[in-house]
Amino acid sequence: MELVMAHESDLNLKATELRLGLPGSDECEKMFSSAKNNKRASPEMAEESSGSKGSSDVKSVEHETAPAPKAQIVGWPPVKSYRKNNLQQNKTEGDQSGMFVKVSMDGAPYLRKIDLKLYNGYSELLKALETMFKLTYREGYKGSEYAPAYEDKDGDLMLVGDVPWDMFMSSCKRLRIMKGAEARGLGGAFNPVFFFFFIYMVGALRCAFAENK
Amino acid sequence: MAYSFPEEVLEHVFSFLSSDKDRNSVSLVCKSWYEIERWCRRRIFVGNCYAVSPGIVIRRFPEVRAVEMKGKPHFADFNLVPEGWGGYVYPWIAAMSAAYPLLEEIKLKRMVVTDECLELISKSFKNFKVLVLSSCEGFTTDGLASIAANCRHLRELDLRESEVEDLSGHWLSHFPDNCTSLVSLNMSCLGSEVSFSALERLVARSPNLRTLRLNRAVPLEKLANLIRRAPQLVELGTGAYSAEIRSDILLNLTEAFSACKQLKGLSGFWDVVPAYLPAMYSVCSGITSLNLSYATIQSFDLVKLVTQCRNLQRLWVLDYIEDSGLEALASSCKDLQELRVFPSDPFGAEPNVSLTEQGLVSVSKGCPKLQSVLYFCRQMSNAALISIAKNRPKMVRFRLCIIEPRAPDYLTLEPLDAGFGAIVENCKELRRLSLSGLLTDRVFKYIGTHAKKLEMLSIAFAGDSDLGLHHVLSGCESLRKLEIRDCPFGDKALLANAAKLETMRSLWMSSCSVSYGACKLLGQKMPRLNVEVIDERGPPDSRPDSCPVERLYVYRTVAGRRIDMPGFVWTMDDEDSGLRFS
Repeated sequence: MELVMAHESDLNLKATELRLGLPGSDECEKMFSSAKNNKRASPEMAEESSGSKGSSDVKSVEHETAPAPKAQIVGWPPVKSYRKNNLQQNKTEGDQSGMFVKVSMDGAPYLRKIDLKLYNGYSELLKALETMFKLTYREGYKGSEYAPAYEDKDGDLMLVGDVPWDMFMSSCKRLRIMKGAEARGLGGAFNPVFFFFFIYMVGALRCAFAENK
Repeated sequence: MAYSFPEEVLEHVFSFLSSDKDRNSVSLVCKSWYEIERWCRRRIFVGNCYAVSPGIVIRRFPEVRAVEMKGKPHFADFNLVPEGWGGYVYPWIAAMSAAYPLLEEIKLKRMVVTDECLELISKSFKNFKVLVLSSCEGFTTDGLASIAANCRHLRELDLRESEVEDLSGHWLSHFPDNCTSLVSLNMSCLGSEVSFSALERLVARSPNLRTLRLNRAVPLEKLANLIRRAPQLVELGTGAYSAEIRSDILLNLTEAFSACKQLKGLSGFWDVVPAYLPAMYSVCSGITSLNLSYATIQSFDLVKLVTQCRNLQRLWVLDYIEDSGLEALASSCKDLQELRVFPSDPFGAEPNVSLTEQGLVSVSKGCPKLQSVLYFCRQMSNAALISIAKNRPKMVRFRLCIIEPRAPDYLTLEPLDAGFGAIVENCKELRRLSLSGLLTDRVFKYIGTHAKKLEMLSIAFAGDSDLGLHHVLSGCESLRKLEIRDCPFGDKALLANAAKLETMRSLWMSSCSVSYGACKLLGQKMPRLNVEVIDERGPPDSRPDSCPVERLYVYRTVAGRRIDMPGFVWTMDDEDSGLRFS
């Protein structure tokens, strides 16, 4: 089987080349290599692991194709159209396209993402977070090891549950599950950090006003 | 010896043979058995509508009552077969309307059915009882109106997954008032609202109704009244499962469900509001089949429902169920035989749910009767596949779709050859297999060596060379259908195994490396195969013979070349190659 190498890196000598080939034969090669280009580039590791195979030629052709940005391949993944349409409908029914927010948990090595639109209220959201990160909340977060917080549009860290669900949905940019001492503090109990900060600010403001009089 | 056994006795004996294989064997015994058998064959199955012609079928089997037929290749489901390719049922209906006036059943899959066909069916067959159109297209609700109006003894009307041009919901009102024979109605694929009162009256006057699959447009508030009129239902497909949360609706629904003592199957569940799921809890213990593949609800709610269905045998669900949900499924549903997990976000770059290979491993461990799997996920390991293979040696259907093409074992970064190798080696009864992930020629060697009962194989983005294809074609003795896309398989393996193709129903290859020249050669060598090149770039002879074709569809046939090919399909055979001008 004749193998055709991709030509992208050539100096385009073909354009000035004199040859006796049939007209149109060049077209075929271009089409062949473009057909290969449509295939997704195989991951680096794959090439290494299959190095022992005799058909390294084929692998190198595929590897030469530059990894294109993730374009959708026709018919992949193999999901029937009526299923795809059904999921599309669910998504476009809302005002935005998917409400994915990052969820970080203190101490966890990587973040997760959840779609807020899947939940009808706080209890569902919390249940989902409990399952995802394998932890439990107690009511009002009092005495909990964890407290769910979120970053709102202004970049402030807020406790989950204070505002109506719809307001939360539209303002939540990112979720953060806080752990340990900080979490206990957010539970509405006295937080010494904030208290002393408040005292300091009050003092500083007083001085400022005094100076301006 | 032929005299001592009257024909009537033989006919009576043959009437106990329902399997086509058995009847085909019987026909080969001797001429008189062939004759007797052909006159008493009542059901025929045509796996590829182009493998035989209506004339041939009618000539051999004059007294047929039920016809089942398939048209387009399976990959048509994923838009790999261009519009207008074929699969038209009209010539069959036209021929049968004259030859089989007593025809009762027509079941079609992936065929083009027009309103004209439906009208012809409704007017030609006085005893018509069963119409099943699976993944078909080309008709409108007007065609359905003809069926409803004219088929006086209609028992089944099942439109599963067909693409119907929905002009209006009035078609349902065409069922005459004296039509009381309905046993099964599946209109789940339709978009428009049907007249609810007409639907209610139809259900009320159909005492034998066992299966009712509604479409999304039937609101939840009205479901209770409908079910109340059919407490004998065995299979129910709901409409949209959402309504504003009101206790009277919930109560009504709960009572209606509790009256359905025979309910075994549930489906539908578009737009689920979890608060209404408890309405069904009373029937859960009897449920054996649950299709939640449209239910976009969280793992928590899915688990609550599913774990109550202790007798569940079949579950179709979205990946919202997550690994944790599948673990719960594995502990509660010990009778589970079939699991299908569909992707909620197939085109998303990152995972949106916590569903990995672990979920499938849990189910394979916990469900001793699991034999049929369709699983979409984003990561897989050889270890997991080996575990699944060892847990479930009785697996019959295993279809795995790792969403990223050529994804390696995520733990070791190796190809998944060993994992799938374990599947075919341990699961000796495997009949259907779909591969995905990073795979080399080695996996095909394993498949060719071990998968002796494999009948259908689907391959995508896999293999290194022709050797892969050669292993499969030379090793898989029971192979009937092979479909391949985006693999570096070319001419050598195909031509070397040309004879094998006559023992199979069909071979599909798209975006591979099969040259036009090889296709021509195959077409010339094998007159009993139709070798069809599908190429939307224009005539293949405007390009050199070495140029690979876009798509190739090869199938055995006794009907000769197709006469209904569109402009982008070329058949390779002796006739043309001499006359062709470039």
